[in-house]
Amino acid sequence: MTVNGKKVEELVEPRTLLIHFLREQLNLTGPHIGCETSHCGACTVDLDGKSVKSCTMFAVQANGADIRTIEGMAAADGTLHALQEAFREMHGLQCGFCTPGMITRAYRLLQENKNPTEEEIRFGIAGNLCRCTGYQNIVKAIQYAAAKMNGVPFQEAAE
Amino acid sequence: MIPGPFAYHRPTSVKDAVSLLGSLGEDARAIAGGHSLIPMMKLRLASPAHLIDLSGVADLKGIREDGRDIVIGAMTTQHELVGSELLANKIPILRETSLQIADPQVRYVGTVGGNVANGDPGNDMPAVMMCLNATYHAVGKTGERRIAAREFYQGAYLTVLKPGELVTAIRIPVPAAGHGYAYEKLKRKIGDYATAAAAVVLTLNGGKVATCSVGLTNVAETPLWAEEAGKILTGSALDAATVKKAVAAAEAITSPASDGRGPAAYRTKMAGVMLTRALARAKERTGA
Repeated sequence: MTVNGKKVEELVEPRTLLIHFLREQLNLTGPHIGCETSHCGACTVDLDGKSVKSCTMFAVQANGADIRTIEGMAAADGTLHALQEAFREMHGLQCGFCTPGMITRAYRLLQENKNPTEEEIRFGIAGNLCRCTGYQNIVKAIQYAAAKMNGVPFQEAAE
Repeated sequence: MIPGPFAYHRPTSVKDAVSLLGSLGEDARAIAGGHSLIPMMKLRLASPAHLIDLSGVADLKGIREDGRDIVIGAMTTQHELVGSELLANKIPILRETSLQIADPQVRYVGTVGGNVANGDPGNDMPAVMMCLNATYHAVGKTGERRIAAREFYQGAYLTVLKPGELVTAIRIPVPAAGHGYAYEKLKRKIGDYATAAAAVVLTLNGGKVATCSVGLTNVAETPLWAEEAGKILTGSALDAATVKKAVAAAEAITSPASDGRGPAAYRTKMAGVMLTRALARAKERTGA
């Protein structure tokens, strides 16, 4: 498979879950293990143009896939991806546990819908739980990133 | 939570998949999207010795028209159902239902075949397929047979599918143009199974109901086709008194469990409320 642009070839036991493979064999600890029951979305990664919960997929099922984790979001020179910058600027996180999943999910959402409404954002991140922020600033951060990626100034909605 | 060990198989044709299922016997399970099976395996409620991954079988994918029917490959994901223009035009209740299943990540992976074949009464598609009078194509060692969705479900996780058989496609007769439809689902939160849900497809003729079919989700051991409710409504103008009678008939066939989603009596009532709402919305949507 390809992970964050690099070819990877490893031997796994069939029962190895993708999240364990990424974290323990590839040392990519950005995707988190949260609920382990495909509810919380902390383990979300981008796989062949889909957001998937890597705790509910076997590594063997991802054979040949193109995967992107939070580690693959920033540019090679360290410049943050628009979403990473947005989460920092808009205080889209507090403890940060859900953030890698939120950002990788929001990345795919913005690929499919370049200018989502607030409602579309909330529906689009419905598979990711955050226990700190109350989601307000996460939604704002995604709106900020969408504006930046579209090259238009970000206008915060009136409270 | 780590599943028990298993051998992994990835056939590339239906024939190979069925032959593997047949030769490996009871210790083998087919895996589609895996979002029902993998959680069960992690809890060790399922520990198959062999997993047969169907994702490499190209023939199980895709949505096509076949005469007056639409045929959906079993490995078509909920996300693909949502995105299908053909379905949006011809059988829009499938898009409406898909959008109420789980969450975006699960919809990218979860398949319609897994949803209908698993026999979980909490799944949303079975009642919708019963409502639409769909037929499942099942392939086994001895060839293909077709099973009506309305005759497929026998109990919780119990279907008429025989060991070694695989649901390969779902065939749905296209409802008349201008039909009204709705899938109304009450749930506690995104990703939850229904407390109760109702599917309605109806046609009107001169303000009167010409045809009406009703399905109910998660209010019995199996999905339900509320045949009597549909009969009561047929010929009516969906007036309040007839709707009330039909709702009572639908509620009468439910037998939900009392669980975290509420006591049985509440869930039965909610099935009635969902049906009332679904009828109203389906009526609004008719083009007749």
